[in-house]
Amino acid sequence: MGGARSWAAPAVAAVVLLAAWELGCRLLHAPTYLLPAPSAVAAAGVDNAGLLAASAWRTLAMALEALLVAAAVAGGLAIAAALSRTVDHIVRPLAAAVQVTPVVAIAPLVVIWAGIDHPQRAIVSLAAVVAFFPLFSGAVAGLASADRDLERLFDLYQATPLQRLALLRAPSAAPFLIEAVKVAAGLAIIGAVVAEFVAGSGAAQGLAWRILEAGNLLQTPRMFAAILVLAAMAGALNGLLGLVEKRLLSWWRGR
Amino acid sequence: MTALITLEAAEVAYKGRGAALGPLNLELENGEAVALVGASGAGKSTALRLLAGLERPTRGLVRRDLGSRETSVVFQAPTLAPWLSALANVRMPLELSGVGRSESEARARAALERVGLKDALKARPAHLSGGMAMRVSLARALVSGPRLLLLDEPFAALDEITRRALADDVLSLWRERRSTMVFVTHNVEEAVYMAGRVLVLTPGPGRIAAERRVTGPDERPSGFRASSRFRADVETVSADLAQAMESN
Repeated sequence: MGGARSWAAPAVAAVVLLAAWELGCRLLHAPTYLLPAPSAVAAAGVDNAGLLAASAWRTLAMALEALLVAAAVAGGLAIAAALSRTVDHIVRPLAAAVQVTPVVAIAPLVVIWAGIDHPQRAIVSLAAVVAFFPLFSGAVAGLASADRDLERLFDLYQATPLQRLALLRAPSAAPFLIEAVKVAAGLAIIGAVVAEFVAGSGAAQGLAWRILEAGNLLQTPRMFAAILVLAAMAGALNGLLGLVEKRLLSWWRGR
Repeated sequence: MTALITLEAAEVAYKGRGAALGPLNLELENGEAVALVGASGAGKSTALRLLAGLERPTRGLVRRDLGSRETSVVFQAPTLAPWLSALANVRMPLELSGVGRSESEARARAALERVGLKDALKARPAHLSGGMAMRVSLARALVSGPRLLLLDEPFAALDEITRRALADDVLSLWRERRSTMVFVTHNVEEAVYMAGRVLVLTPGPGRIAAERRVTGPDERPSGFRASSRFRADVETVSADLAQAMESN
């Protein structure tokens, strides 16, 4: 009962909103290039289904690749920082600097480094930069989150730094890492889209490219369709990771 | 008698918070059961960490005639890793000491059986009651065969029945193994029950205000808890504690 009601209300609200939008467009004779009716957006979506799906896949693949790269770098740096105080002091301000620098500001530089012919590399790199910080700070916080008394037990039994990392700090970090990956995945998609706006070209045609292309041609319904696909994709990824999070956390807690 | 641990005017002070403990003079003899009783804030846990070698004295001296990995601590909370089974939690100290898998598992199994948890080997801490989790913690402390066992108010969070059962279990384990045991508590009755010698601490920074020999765990008749001797010991130490509270 409660479950059904929890999605029934927003579903009804969505239908009412769409109906009002459709009706409004028709009654006011709004020009399609300015505000297309939902029916026009749906038609554009159906007409371009194959193209949009392919582009969505490109964006998703680039975002996931960026997530992997960012996780590897952030994880490695966080572990190094956990093992050495000096590394920690060096890495933290750098990580903070990466976080506060707008991705669009460094995009042109990354495009040059990646090579003009390799927009995909540039996009993945930029999305990885955006996804990096939550992963790094999550890993750092997680690795430092072990129970104080458990740490003392490890002192008592004279654990080596590697034993402490593998048997205590890394497993203690798990809940933080899971949460960090969820946040970073969303950021990776945003990063991929922003990077594509700046660095995208005919060689890397993700959803952002479709949006730009449709915008340049004033094909507003297609633009809307691409945006909707993007939102749906990000929402689905978030939902999926939410499920994974729940499962992993319940396993970690033992219930 | 040889002293296992000697504290000579040992003091602990923390930056910005001032003195936490001491000066403390104390000798722990091999195989004895000592209780440290004091109000909260007396620095009982600090004293315990000092005895464990987990903390260094700011001033004074701590001499420990103990090898590495010969000390075990049971904390106030069970302090188990939630992602590990009871068996894996108990195996941990042996794993850290480089004991092989099959031997460490057999020893952990035996330790859990000894504390009555034969049927909970695979259980995760989340599925254990407070008393059971504390038993796992006790098994983990005993699995390495320590010469010194330190207990930091281990029963504080348990109900009375569980607390009494666990107290008797700890004492019977102590009688079996004769490792030196230090039991820290704010409860006078518990202190008297768990030891043959009770040290009463003043409020923080804790110093030893009184020292009482009480009827030790190995010289007790059955039904000791209800006996007038036990009550008398409790009354004496209570009076010591009351005086210690006033002296500060």
